[in-house]
Amino acid sequence: MLRFTAKRFLGAIPTLLVLMVLAFALIRVAPGGPFDSEKQLSAEIQERLNAAYHLDEPLWQQFFRYLGNLLKGDFGPSFAYADYTVSELIATGFPVSLKLGSLAMLLAVIAGIAIGTMAALKQNTRADYAVMTAAMTGISVPTFVVAPLLVLVFAVTLQWFPAGGLGNWQNLVLPVIALALPQIAYIARLTRGSMIEVLRSDYIRTARAQGLTQAEILLHHALKAAVLPVVSYLGPATAAIITGSVVVEQIFGVPGLGRFFVQGALNRDYTLVMGIVVFYGVLIICFNFFVDIAYRWLDPRVTL
Amino acid sequence: MRRDSNQGHSLFRIAMQSLLSSKATVTAFVVMALVVLLTAAAPLLSPWAIDSTDWESVSTPPSVETGHYFGTDDVGRDIFVRTLYGGRISLLVGLSATMVSLVIGVFWGAIAGYAGGRTDQLMMRFVDVMYAMPFMFFVILLMVYFGRNIFLIFIAVGAVNWLDMARIVRGQALSMKHREFVEAARAGGVSHLNIIRRHIIPNLLGVVIVYVTLTIPQVILVESFLSFLGLGVQEPMTSWGALVNDGAALMESAPWTLFFPALFLALTLFCFNFIGDGLRDALDPRDRAGEP
Amino acid sequence: MKPPSALTTPPLLELKSLNVSFAGRDGITRAVKDLSYTLRASETLGIVGESGSGKTQSVMSLMGLLPHNATVSGKAVFNRTDLLALSQSELNRVRGKDIAMVFQDPMTSLNPHLTVSAQMSLVARRHLGQSKRDAFAECKRMLDAVRIPEAAKRINQYPHELSGGMRQRVMIATALLCKPKLLIADEPTTALDVTVQAQILQLMRELQTDFATAVLLITHDMGVVAGTCDRVLVMSKGERVEENFVEPLFATPQHPYTRTLLAAVPRLDEINIKLTPPTGTTPLLEARGLEVAYPVDSNSFFAPPNQLKALRGVDLMLLPGETLGVVGESGCGKSTLARAVLNLIPASAGDVVLMGEPLRQLTATQRRAMRSDMQIIFQDPLASLNPRMTIANILCEPLDTYHPNLSRAQKLRRASIILEKVGLKREQLGRYPHEFSGGQCQRIGIARALMFEPKLIVCDEPVSALDVSVQAKVVQLLIELQQELNLSLVFIAHDLAVVRQISHRVMVMYLGKVVELANRDEIYSSPRHPYTRALISAVPIPDPKSQQRLGFAEISGDLPSPLHPPSGCAFCSRCPLAEPRCANEDPPLRAVGRSMVACHLAE
Repeated sequence: MLRFTAKRFLGAIPTLLVLMVLAFALIRVAPGGPFDSEKQLSAEIQERLNAAYHLDEPLWQQFFRYLGNLLKGDFGPSFAYADYTVSELIATGFPVSLKLGSLAMLLAVIAGIAIGTMAALKQNTRADYAVMTAAMTGISVPTFVVAPLLVLVFAVTLQWFPAGGLGNWQNLVLPVIALALPQIAYIARLTRGSMIEVLRSDYIRTARAQGLTQAEILLHHALKAAVLPVVSYLGPATAAIITGSVVVEQIFGVPGLGRFFVQGALNRDYTLVMGIVVFYGVLIICFNFFVDIAYRWLDPRVTL
Repeated sequence: MRRDSNQGHSLFRIAMQSLLSSKATVTAFVVMALVVLLTAAAPLLSPWAIDSTDWESVSTPPSVETGHYFGTDDVGRDIFVRTLYGGRISLLVGLSATMVSLVIGVFWGAIAGYAGGRTDQLMMRFVDVMYAMPFMFFVILLMVYFGRNIFLIFIAVGAVNWLDMARIVRGQALSMKHREFVEAARAGGVSHLNIIRRHIIPNLLGVVIVYVTLTIPQVILVESFLSFLGLGVQEPMTSWGALVNDGAALMESAPWTLFFPALFLALTLFCFNFIGDGLRDALDPRDRAGEP
Repeated sequence: MKPPSALTTPPLLELKSLNVSFAGRDGITRAVKDLSYTLRASETLGIVGESGSGKTQSVMSLMGLLPHNATVSGKAVFNRTDLLALSQSELNRVRGKDIAMVFQDPMTSLNPHLTVSAQMSLVARRHLGQSKRDAFAECKRMLDAVRIPEAAKRINQYPHELSGGMRQRVMIATALLCKPKLLIADEPTTALDVTVQAQILQLMRELQTDFATAVLLITHDMGVVAGTCDRVLVMSKGERVEENFVEPLFATPQHPYTRTLLAAVPRLDEINIKLTPPTGTTPLLEARGLEVAYPVDSNSFFAPPNQLKALRGVDLMLLPGETLGVVGESGCGKSTLARAVLNLIPASAGDVVLMGEPLRQLTATQRRAMRSDMQIIFQDPLASLNPRMTIANILCEPLDTYHPNLSRAQKLRRASIILEKVGLKREQLGRYPHEFSGGQCQRIGIARALMFEPKLIVCDEPVSALDVSVQAKVVQLLIELQQELNLSLVFIAHDLAVVRQISHRVMVMYLGKVVELANRDEIYSSPRHPYTRALISAVPIPDPKSQQRLGFAEISGDLPSPLHPPSGCAFCSRCPLAEPRCANEDPPLRAVGRSMVACHLAE
């Protein structure tokens, strides 16, 4: 266990480095800069700004300066939001995104596994076909189509929930559902497929021969094995939810990290964009580490 | 070769037969073919051009009389024509980017799988590192900084998707290498090139076809996601994602501007996914006892 | 075995015209037709048949374990209730409690995600209503009863941490938890090595007496039946063809099918095939000090990978027209030997000499040219044929390399001649592998090996995936081809009886080493190595009268891990005769009488 943690920690270092180099290069090689705006700044001011933010140094020097600051936990100041540091912006945006994302993930996992299991038990019946067609539709209809539709139906027409903003739990209902729907559909399909496979396996036959009830078989024998593909999917699912949150936050006007990122990219806010990419990179690496531990716990044959 | 009663039935033919025996799959095929035909024949089907404005009818609902079958948007552009032209872009991006990821992925995965050992470890370690990248963010950055170039979309999306392909092909190649029929061919002195050509590739094909069918809708989705963020194709060109973005803004006043592009997009994705699923089941030789 | 007084007790299970059919794509298949039999308390009934005989389906229907597309009719009266008429929840009160079942493959039949105690105590808690703690104690008691070593440790382990034999003991322990009246065992020892099979069968006999359980034993192995059952029911194509007490059935089989089945069983104690002696005296093939090591992932990130030494110095010699049998249990390195001889995997030490040419010293091109002289036949006939190629293409492919000048028609002509030689029709050339039965696929594999008149064929378990009657025919075919084409064969198998039929000389392997090498009569009539003796005595003999005739000491325990073989003699950890020096000194292969033996104590 300790060895595994150390191994993964060491393995994460090159990954993060590649991530930072790529992001840094992408941002800096691009034409345009943070201080290009409508009104031309005088050359002198431009120079002074560049010097203040060390933009006049060679790129590699800037990169190592950034790296050094990062090791001290300093993401640097934001270029566009003049009075804020990137850390402060992440600290404002991330709790909102985290709440939205984790709720969506929780909903997706619980609903997806439940729906998939039920479909597997009723395999090749009408109910199964109906549920699976719905799931296929869920995968095929993008979030940015579902989200406006949800607003149209539940906020504008029925007026059950507010169309966006922040506040109490009602504000979160529609964004969370919009974010979770494709993942529910995907996880349901995964669970159904693996559950069918597991229910066909020899050891389930053994359990049936032992006179265990359907519930006991599902709970004690089948579920652990059947959720393994779902656990492996959690990594990509997180990435998908982070991506989806960019859209959902835009549509529902939620001030999360996703919106900061798009805005930052458009404003050439180097440090903010860099900060968010690194932050999410670390987040995904950590998350994948926990997923692997969960996998090990579920499948004793996997050695870490 | 002679075709007589002793002609065997290849696994692929059996798979196709079982696939085509399902009404739902055939329907999906037909719908998809219709969508492709419609987008291809777009200029013949309507007098309107993609960016021509009909000042007579601005924000009019679908109607046969005006010739705006899907209605018009807030500047009087014909949604029917725009949906079909947008479909061209979406499908084109889907196909091309999938081909990019197919070529890179098959190449990378096959080499890693055959070579094995250290080469394999290094190559797959690279894939692992790439997997941990928040790629969508990179694509967004690319789009923002390098302009909304359609070829860039192909490359960006293709470069993201090849990772899965490489993993799948590598796994298959690795297991295929130790299959007994490959060993038999090696014992028979068949050259490496011929083993790859006759034994490995034909047996990989099924998986690759399935994967391609399932990648196309993913790519279309990514493109429309970018277009939705305003980072995809630029006016006057359009794509389903861009149309849905426009439509979402007019959702309350002119819902048809959202409905039709969204419908085409969803229908296409649905058909691809459905056919891909069906193909996978048909090519999977495991028993399907108890199927209706 | 119990006296026939068992007849007087009332029947425990009575089957009345049981029918099982499956609805599939090609219509309805009748798997079991009008099957009736009775089973009395504490009696053992063997149901024997080849694959497709419906023997497994007949018991699966009693347990309600058939897939959804199956239809069952008839009656199965157990303890005065008709099992087939029970609802799911009523059936759940019977199965696992009064009727328990043991399955073929203990690896897949145990849940890999649960510890032994977790899966066992589920049964105890369901049927005995025990608390968690009581259930655990009961499971522990039962593991002791099936003589699992270190039960206290094993109970908290996962199935993959146990050996095959131990897993099957866990299966049996779970089955006996509720003291069932009837135990159904579906091929309980088929997936096990022969020495482990002997242990498990012995255990089942003892437990049956202790628990007074009736046993329904399903098997394809006539030897297992002869040693275990009171009565035997022979099935073929879903029907009962014969039913009798075990001794008269073997002594005077009535039905022609039973007779062919019995005749096809290779017997260790009888030789029924004459072999022609080798045709030359100069060795065709020699291997000297052959070693193969595989790298195995080590646990540590930085440490170099471990080495699994699959072959630890093997010498062999083969004359033209001779067959060398290679026998050993799983993990002894026999398949590695096959591939190393053919140069399909690189040897880490030693050399192979074919017709006086050391393969190591040849260039890659020369080695390729030598390939046409040596061919291989695999264990799994279907897996060894490319599913996407027609038989014609499969057979002609090797010709492309060595005779690129032949026209397609010439190649096809040769393919059809060879195909007929192995007993198939030339019209079948256009078909695909999946359209043939297992035996036919193996014939195609043989045909492919024969395409350019090789001098040597290495057969890696060529018949172990086949039914006995098919086995016998394939072995016969190989013997005929050997005589006709003057072939040398290396015949690798775990089945000693088959090896005895076909081999001139037999080599016994254990953990990557040769422990004994002798002429076939010598090795079977006077085996000298304790492992050879154990192997031979473990083979069930298909004759109820001659069970345990040889009376050698059985061996206990399981094969040690090939990653960490014991020091000194590899066999010393299981050897009944082991002395202190066996653990220190590795015995060399030396001549003892007319055999070569690697044992300090053999004389």
